[in-house]
Amino acid sequence: MALADTSGEGRASALRSFSVKAAKLILSVAVTFFGLLLVTFLIGRVVPVDPVLAVVGDRASQSTYDKVFIELGLDKPLWEQFLIYLQKMLSGSFGESLLTKKPIAEDIARVFPATLELASVAIIIGTLIGIPAGVLAAVRQGGLADQVVRVLGLVGYSAPIFWLGLIGLLVFYASLGWVAGPGRIDIAYEYSVTRQTGLLLIDTAMQGQWAAFRNVFSHIILPASLLGYFSMAYISRMTRSFMLQELSQEYVVTARVKGVPEWRIIWLHALRNAAVPLITVVALSYANLLEGSVLTETVFAWPGLGQYLTNSLQNADMNAVLGCTLIIGAIFVGLNLFSDLLYSLLDPRVRRGR
Amino acid sequence: MSALSREWLLSEQPTSRRQARLGQVYRTWLSLRSNWLAMVGLGIIVVLILVALFADVIAPYDPLAGGDLRTARLLPPSWEHPFGTDEQARDIFSRIVYGSRLTLMVVALVAVIATPIGLLVGTTAGYFGGWVDTVLMRTTDIFLAFPRLILALAFVAALGPGIENAIIAIAITSWPPYARLARAETLTIRDSDFINAARLQGASSLRILWGHVTPLCLSSVIIRVTLDMAGIILTAAGLGFLGLGAQPPQPEWGAMIAAGRRFLIDFWWVATIPGIAIFTVSLGFNLLGDGLRDVLDPKARK
Repeated sequence: MALADTSGEGRASALRSFSVKAAKLILSVAVTFFGLLLVTFLIGRVVPVDPVLAVVGDRASQSTYDKVFIELGLDKPLWEQFLIYLQKMLSGSFGESLLTKKPIAEDIARVFPATLELASVAIIIGTLIGIPAGVLAAVRQGGLADQVVRVLGLVGYSAPIFWLGLIGLLVFYASLGWVAGPGRIDIAYEYSVTRQTGLLLIDTAMQGQWAAFRNVFSHIILPASLLGYFSMAYISRMTRSFMLQELSQEYVVTARVKGVPEWRIIWLHALRNAAVPLITVVALSYANLLEGSVLTETVFAWPGLGQYLTNSLQNADMNAVLGCTLIIGAIFVGLNLFSDLLYSLLDPRVRRGR
Repeated sequence: MSALSREWLLSEQPTSRRQARLGQVYRTWLSLRSNWLAMVGLGIIVVLILVALFADVIAPYDPLAGGDLRTARLLPPSWEHPFGTDEQARDIFSRIVYGSRLTLMVVALVAVIATPIGLLVGTTAGYFGGWVDTVLMRTTDIFLAFPRLILALAFVAALGPGIENAIIAIAITSWPPYARLARAETLTIRDSDFINAARLQGASSLRILWGHVTPLCLSSVIIRVTLDMAGIILTAAGLGFLGLGAQPPQPEWGAMIAAGRRFLIDFWWVATIPGIAIFTVSLGFNLLGDGLRDVLDPKARK
């Protein structure tokens, strides 16, 4: 950004190379997305459960069975079935859930805000602690902060998240009583809050219901800290390594020679340059939270996408499982694409094709 | 010459290929030994293997059959039951000991299934290039586009719960990073002189891939597999916790946590202790993996 790139011509060519890059990325995402659909279709086809029996039950007569068999399109060749599947998925209809008897897209839309809220609070916690911790660790290599970051990282990579969740409930909810237990909001407030955004922290704040807000907060803080801890472990480790790289650059030496105070060099000069790759890291850990949320939501009875997925799994509700898998895969791909584009937009070296 | 002495291993002029290779292994071992954290990790894994081998001798009780349901249920840790008993009056210590077999089996089988797939896909893509490369690597990318646990969940849902299916599902989701790594390694060696020489002598592509390219990719892939083992254990435990991995009454650690979860607050040891076992073992694999990477791949050390 600091590059002297003021001529209109330079800017135009930069823009052109950016749009070429964007077009390539989008094409590759389209191919990946097609692959996602193919994989979920194939997974759906290896189900040992007879899809017809799942619809008609095992006492149906042969003629009913045959009728449904044709209705489900199972008599058509595999590639034609795939085309039908493709058409259905792209129009946003994932079929009907066996469990809730509602369209899966509707179910997912209902549970998604809970996961979004949890993951967003988690990523805020992870970023706000992870980046300063990583910077401190890089500044004093081998010092106390460095050791702490290392140990926290090792624990984060080794401990099962659901087990830490249970211990958290045992200590902070059952023994100390500092936080509220499983669930998203106490039953007393359940119906007093009108769902506008579906994000309860925002809804309660907008409606000025501060008692409910406090309740929601004390429910979310434990699972969000837990998820945030896992992103923090990753973010701080990456921040440390980016900062080490920046601090060994010549501009840092130059700044020191000019007498720039050390804190300015670290927090303004070096961190600013490390910020560009860090954006990718934060976006990636946001995507990884979706994975962590499946187990966390089960432990905390959090009514989000993860719990919906687990419930569907335990009831062999294959349509819902595939719908969730597809949605999570799509979000994952989308966040990757977003971070790639942002990266090339923010880093002049990438923007100009190096 | 056949004596395995220190001098023979560290000889500057090895007289046979075997001596050179063993010397290389010995040097790696020497530098690994100076990393005490890696040695702690190695110690944990050795203990795990020993416990799994001698489970019959170590475990004081049967892992599946419980004691007296009236008097021996949910007992707190004591001398008789070091880790207490669970809701079926089974000794938790014995279950943990037998559970180590399941954990080792999962890790070993996933490594045995996923590593060859990754190597095959990666070396083929890297060596042939062109459309073969494009097709294979696009496929790899598609698998990487799903978060691992989610894809494993979908596969287990389709195949049905059970430890065998959990292993297959984890293996299917584990190979893509190995394929990428093997491809990158292959790209750096496919145009080197010794490969060209082999080609000029009329060696078939299969022979070059299998005899010359794969052995050179093996070491970096193996490091990566070691680093992934903790992740494999955690995924398997997660599947077990969700009731999709090993089925009761098998003493799988993740499933044990799920069972103990129902009475977590009154009888904390039932869910907590299997978690400590999972944590210790994956910590061991992480420490050893980090150490191995530092020794064998100094570039990655920061």
